[in-house]
Amino acid sequence: MRFGGLLANNDVTFDIYPGEIVGLIGPNGAGKTTLFNCISGFLRPTAGTVLFKGENITGLKPHQICHRGLARTFQITQPLRDMTVLENVMVGTFCRYPLTSQARAKAIEILKMTGMWAKRHQKGSELTIPDRKRLEIARALGTEPDLLILDEAMAGLNPAEIHEAVELVKTIQAQGITLFIIEHVMEAIMPIADRIVVLDAGRLIAEGPPSEIVHNERVIEAYLGEGRHVKRKEHTS
Amino acid sequence: MPKISRKTIMIVLLYVGVVAITPLFSKAPFYRHVLIMVGMYGLLGVAWNIMGGYTGLYSFGQSAFFGIGAYTSTMMLVKGGFSPWIGMLCGGILAAIVAAGMAYPTSRLRGPYFTIASQAFARTFQILMTNWDYVEGAIGIPLPLMPDTWRFMQFKDKIPYHIIIFSLLGIAILVCYYIERSRTGYYFRAIRDSEQVASALGINTVRQRIIATMLSAFFTAIAGTFYSQYVLYIDPESVTHHALSVEIVMVAAVGGAGTIWGPVLGAAILMPISQYARAALGGAGRGIDLIIYGVIIMVIALVRPTGILGFFQRERTIEGEGGDDIGTTVTADTGADDAVRGSLGQQ
Repeated sequence: MRFGGLLANNDVTFDIYPGEIVGLIGPNGAGKTTLFNCISGFLRPTAGTVLFKGENITGLKPHQICHRGLARTFQITQPLRDMTVLENVMVGTFCRYPLTSQARAKAIEILKMTGMWAKRHQKGSELTIPDRKRLEIARALGTEPDLLILDEAMAGLNPAEIHEAVELVKTIQAQGITLFIIEHVMEAIMPIADRIVVLDAGRLIAEGPPSEIVHNERVIEAYLGEGRHVKRKEHTS
Repeated sequence: MPKISRKTIMIVLLYVGVVAITPLFSKAPFYRHVLIMVGMYGLLGVAWNIMGGYTGLYSFGQSAFFGIGAYTSTMMLVKGGFSPWIGMLCGGILAAIVAAGMAYPTSRLRGPYFTIASQAFARTFQILMTNWDYVEGAIGIPLPLMPDTWRFMQFKDKIPYHIIIFSLLGIAILVCYYIERSRTGYYFRAIRDSEQVASALGINTVRQRIIATMLSAFFTAIAGTFYSQYVLYIDPESVTHHALSVEIVMVAAVGGAGTIWGPVLGAAILMPISQYARAALGGAGRGIDLIIYGVIIMVIALVRPTGILGFFQRERTIEGEGGDDIGTTVTADTGADDAVRGSLGQQ
């Protein structure tokens, strides 16, 4: 993906297999959200293809991609402000259930699963940050995705809230939904991810299980800078 | 179809009752004329509300749709002798088609940019009608006088007009009532809050915006036909003027945009003021009603930005009432929530 003279994603190729949790990490400005936008149809990549369930979805509109079973959340949470939590989730469930009564029933089910049930009558604008993040996930789940992509669903949460969010992610995975997660909070993503994909300056620099990634030199370099990398070498030798 | 609740029946009976009784308070034709204007602007406000209130498309171009309705039925009557009822339907459909043609290219515009585009569209339409000889241009068209019949929608008395306009308004309200509770209504409101979220949740925002615009245009055009049959003379100045678009927005905004009854309430408040101010001050008063509008709108914007209806109802959303579908235990705590939110809303 190119923005004028800036290559935000360059030659990024990787796979996600059904049932996995894949983490996407990388320093600020590495192109993680751009990659998400290309996958979910908010940006049309200047080159390359996105395949989903064997189908080429490159350049489809976001709503078409959603109907094919790929849902996303936003890094900057966007609750539908004038609608209640229940109504927010119903906007998602209407994707599969055209009738109001069915959409409501499904939304109630999701609210109970995501722990938002008690707040169902609050307006989107009245929610706290952790609840907004949770609502983003609940709403996306309403579209019954096969692949759910989360853009920093845990940033800005305190440790207790992160723990809850991790539990939620595990619950979602247990339902057979594949997850692709951008996350800065390493303690959160490392224990749950099956694989990690690392971006730096728009390029894919590493891919593999978390245990390998934490020891990958290029990753450490990208995160900590070269000087630190050298120091660390001296330290270990 | 959702089951019809007792509350709904009560509202329908109340509406029919108020509509039936109000013209009997005075035999003065002017009083009855004001009521008819309340009905007509109520209909226009409800129609605008589908776009502006629910979907967030703040159209300042409704006069074009009104004009299409007025001209279509009038031309069909003058040139072809068709009943205005048929003309009304054709005008509504034609306006909806034109609306789709307007909504598609503007589907990427949001907020004030859409407002400007809609205004440009309506002004272009007015210039077109003023210069088009086939529709008599700026001279306007007097409607041929027909016998006092329902077939040609012409009456010496005002009561039939009263019945017609409030029936049309009633239909428009029912349509809104249904939209609010259906998927379409949720989609409209989602688009108003965030088109980005809406599209991420599988909503074809372009299609929904076109649907909202078409529905709005249809009802606006119907009011246009009614107006031409009521006044029996149309010209570009009276049925496509920009001030009409502004008045329509005011009716909805003052009463409460995004609510079913808000525009009706707005019409019931503004129309008497405007009509009586105009009548009392004669030709010199042409601007006074607008000054009064301005003052009222400033007061409302300061005190209750969501419209006058906000004074009478506590903060409410459609799903907030839905406790009965969920179960008895839930109903109890829904009530508690509402009470808390109600008291917060009072502050």
